[in-house]
Amino acid sequence: MSEALVTAGTAPGGARTGGRVTRRLVAGRLRYLLRRLGFYLFTGWAAITMNFVLPRFMPGDPGDALLRGMQRQTGQVPTPEQIAAVRTFYGDPTHNLLAQYGRYWWDLAHLRLGTSLSQYPTPVSHLVGDALPWTMVLVGATTLLAWVLGTLLGAYMGWKPGNRFDSVFAPVTTFVHAIPPFWLSLLALYVFGFVLGWFPLSGGYDPSVPFRLNNVWFLLSVLKYGALPAMTLIFIGFNGWLFSMRNVMVTTVSEDYVQLARAKGLSPTRVLLKYAARNALLPNVTGLALAIGGVIGGVLLTEIVFTYPGMGYLLFQALQQHDFPVMQAIFLLITLTALAANFIADSLYALLDPRTKERG
Amino acid sequence: MIGGILRSAKVRFGLALFGFFVLVAVVGPWVTGSLWGVSATAIDYHHLHAAPSALHPFGTTGTGQDVLAQLVVGARGSVAVGLSSGILATVLAALVGVTAGFLGGRADQVLTVLTNLFITMPSFAVILIVAGYVQGASWLVIAFLIGIFEWPGGARYLRAQTLMLRNHDSTVAARMLGENRRRLIVAEVMPHLTGIISAMFLRAVVAGIFAEAALDFLGIGSADTISWGTMISVAQDQNAIVRGYWWWFAPPGLCIALIGTATALVNFGLDEITNPRLRTANPAAVRRFERAARRRARTVREVAA
Repeated sequence: MSEALVTAGTAPGGARTGGRVTRRLVAGRLRYLLRRLGFYLFTGWAAITMNFVLPRFMPGDPGDALLRGMQRQTGQVPTPEQIAAVRTFYGDPTHNLLAQYGRYWWDLAHLRLGTSLSQYPTPVSHLVGDALPWTMVLVGATTLLAWVLGTLLGAYMGWKPGNRFDSVFAPVTTFVHAIPPFWLSLLALYVFGFVLGWFPLSGGYDPSVPFRLNNVWFLLSVLKYGALPAMTLIFIGFNGWLFSMRNVMVTTVSEDYVQLARAKGLSPTRVLLKYAARNALLPNVTGLALAIGGVIGGVLLTEIVFTYPGMGYLLFQALQQHDFPVMQAIFLLITLTALAANFIADSLYALLDPRTKERG
Repeated sequence: MIGGILRSAKVRFGLALFGFFVLVAVVGPWVTGSLWGVSATAIDYHHLHAAPSALHPFGTTGTGQDVLAQLVVGARGSVAVGLSSGILATVLAALVGVTAGFLGGRADQVLTVLTNLFITMPSFAVILIVAGYVQGASWLVIAFLIGIFEWPGGARYLRAQTLMLRNHDSTVAARMLGENRRRLIVAEVMPHLTGIISAMFLRAVVAGIFAEAALDFLGIGSADTISWGTMISVAQDQNAIVRGYWWWFAPPGLCIALIGTATALVNFGLDEITNPRLRTANPAAVRRFERAARRRARTVREVAA
């Protein structure tokens, strides 16, 4: 904190030569980013440690339950290696906690996430590797589309607050924003999948088509099966962006520089896009970085409704079958991507908003 | 302040809607159970998955239970979790935020790092993994879990507000008079924060209802109570969608959406009062103004001519 204040204090005072000021500003920005990075590393450490501590302090012994479950599932006594693998993640009452902690980090560093219990003996990393692309493509694409649509419409709505478009859409978005996304997905599935029969009811691709990426029919079936989940996700996401953009826009259009641009007689489109929207965009840009980081965690429930073979559905199955290794892997993945996205958002903010330069 | 807030139609409507659901949660189960004589769990074997009719105004579930009765009892389950998690989250937010803002120094630094830590961690993932370990927990445990991960946003906001209030002339004057710290917080700082805290509480209640429904939908919510979330989750489990039993899964979601809208409306009203720039133009007033302007212009022209 004190460093920041010093930077803020000296930057305007030292404005003798342009070069020195720029260097100071860059240094301030760098220091700010390093401090944020340190904080996120600390948070990441806390999350990973929590993942280690939780199963060890839960009532009962999850590791023991897991081993018994494995025995029931496979009908065989777990091998010593399997027992050792389970114990690294769930704690061994006979070992010292510190040694276990070191072991846990060592395994994580080598991406050894253990084996799944419900689909024994598939390694968790394989299950995650299979599910991740589905989520990344579906949710990644829809997040971007929803962002573009919502931001543009929001800019238009906030341009003249109270216009007909605004007065119709503002209450509607309020209501839509308050709907639980998973229930909205259920409704969409009911109306467009069941009643109208336009879309398939579940799955991510046509099971009768060979699963190959270079097969056009397979890709087409992916599009067909992904259409309804994608449209639902766009609809859900778009409202939030619309709203935040509108509200920032409303305060931006009354700023002096926008009024000046208008008074100069520039075309309304130009003032809207180049003057007002450009500045109002900032919160939405950093919001997009956060949303992309939240891709894995954000729409778990929507995937479950559509039985879409992504991370959400994987998690759902893991929860239903008490598959702790899969649950833990997904938890770590969600947390770490969210942290990385937070850092990217901070960096974007530092780059885009000139005011953070001085604040340091 | 209170009168000003109530003058907004949005706020009044939102509060009324919210109050309605709380009322249903409190007395509803008694009305449907004792007065109307319909139990949420009783099975009507003659009307399995029946569409809405005079006998069952909202239809029945796949196992022949009355949907309206379940909706009313479910209101209690959902609102109970929402309220208790909301109270916990708000109390924690006020404690951490006001303490950090008022004390400053080392205490503030520690509390701020703690707040930021909780803000950055994806709270739903954390709730999920803990609820996953303690599957089938009672509704109080679920409410507790939701509450202890929902406070940080509010704490950050309250800290900023307290920092401002701490250096306000009235507080400084009271400090100069030798008032002790507890009295300063309770009598000088807190009264100014009640508006913010109550809005925060409403939001936390609805966030709690949302989180509870989502956990139920994942099958790791409270196992022992009926709530809107469990209704949707059971309907989904028993393929209500592909069988077309819309009356089963539509009403509970609609209730959640309505209570969410209610708080959103209250918050808008508050935002418009505290931030006048967000206030949308009143079209009638604008038209009146423009007509008057035209009239003025005409008179000016006529006088000039």
